Amino acid sequence: MAIKKFSSKYETAWSDADTQLLCLDTGSWRTKRPVVDKEKCTYCGLCAIYCPPQCMIIRKDFFEPNLNFCKGCGICAKECARGAITMKPEGDFTA
Amino acid sequence: MKAKQGELKVITGNSAAAYGAMLCRPDVVASYPITPQTEVVEQLSKFHADGVLDAEMVEVEGENSAMNIVAAASVAGGRAFTATSSWGLVYMYDAVIQAAGFRAPVVMANVNRETPGILAVSSGQQDMISTRDSGWIQIIVENSQEILDAIIMAFRLAEDSDIQLPVMVNYDGFYLSYLAEGVRIPARDDVDQFLSVLKSQPQRTILDPTKPMGAGTHGILTEFMELRYKHCAALERAKNKFDEIDRDYGEFFGRSYGGQIEEYRTEDADIVILASGSAVGTSRTVVDAKRAEGIKVGLIKLRMFRPFPREKLIRAIKGKKAVGVIDRSVCFGWDCGPMFMELRALSPEIGKMPMLSFIDGLANIDITKPHIERVIDDLYNASQGKPYQAVTWIPLEERE
Repeated sequence: MAIKKFSSKYETAWSDADTQLLCLDTGSWRTKRPVVDKEKCTYCGLCAIYCPPQCMIIRKDFFEPNLNFCKGCGICAKECARGAITMKPEGDFTA
Repeated sequence: MKAKQGELKVITGNSAAAYGAMLCRPDVVASYPITPQTEVVEQLSKFHADGVLDAEMVEVEGENSAMNIVAAASVAGGRAFTATSSWGLVYMYDAVIQAAGFRAPVVMANVNRETPGILAVSSGQQDMISTRDSGWIQIIVENSQEILDAIIMAFRLAEDSDIQLPVMVNYDGFYLSYLAEGVRIPARDDVDQFLSVLKSQPQRTILDPTKPMGAGTHGILTEFMELRYKHCAALERAKNKFDEIDRDYGEFFGRSYGGQIEEYRTEDADIVILASGSAVGTSRTVVDAKRAEGIKVGLIKLRMFRPFPREKLIRAIKGKKAVGVIDRSVCFGWDCGPMFMELRALSPEIGKMPMLSFIDGLANIDITKPHIERVIDDLYNASQGKPYQAVTWIPLEERE
């Protein structure tokens, strides 16, 4: 049987990490999540440069993590020169 | 429309490979020298120094970097070429598999040489066999002209929007790499025209700095499996596509090679030899001689090893009385030749007949006319219902 229904629109190994789950759902591993203080964020982009799964999303004048992929490693919080990122336990967010 | 005849030059097989690559105007060339391929790198560097080749020439510290560079350049949208052999191919093994996983349409010339373990700076196809499950398209050629022509065809095949796979063009080290013979060098504008078909096809997905995406990033479960499925389907499509490109090449340049396989005097043959590479020339001569003696023997030249030309081989061999395969490498764990083992997998479709494996030509042992005569004699006897030996290591038995 020839398969016709594909979840990826790409013929080759490309993936659109934001919208399409070709990438492993690394967000499910997270025990702490980075919370960005938009007032403190100076839009320098250090967090995005250091983020291992490259999941920091560029917003209008600040950055925030894509929680589908953020593993909660905390590197962004460690590197943020302004201390604008705090790692908060996932338990705080579950209902 | 026909291409111009092209200049006739006496050049080596390695030089022919370099000419083929240069004519395709690669954007990036990254290659590390290794015997017997070194001359390819030298010649390409000379083309670059002379201003004939306008490519980014990357001087690498080893083959692993070479393959990673050309694969990345290719994924980014460039045309990329590299060449290697034996230990070099093995040294880039993870990158070879990666290039295929990326579906990077790289073209690589692999100058066949024995692999590590027993140091042998000599010819043998074991190197390409060690990468047969890497997902590449593998082509084997017979002479210098075919090396040049196959590299041009390889770019058309690799970059075809229906295919998008790396292609390895294999030719016998020492026998072909250093053999100088007359080669027609096509005109640049003709090669441009032959490859221009690619420009009319849908653009493959390439690097777009304004829209960051993952390439070969972590895929799991069915998403991973889906890419494997697409890869296998593309390999299947590559078979007919290669025939098509070979025909187009023949119509335009006046030289074609039969596509996946070339059949020689097989139509009315009772017994058939399957061979590849430089040994095909010798085999053709002996087939003619045996034909003159009244033996109905035919020859199949295996040009495409991956994907394996199943349909073509079944059609060519079905109904014959015996078939023999000459392998210039071994299939560890099966005690026979790898191409023989592959052919054996088609037994249900081909039908019951004696199938004989001949191992010859390892480490620069010449596959001589008497060797081919022996193959034909053994096949003839087997076809007459006489007992036969399944696997024959020709040069070792000769010594007994």
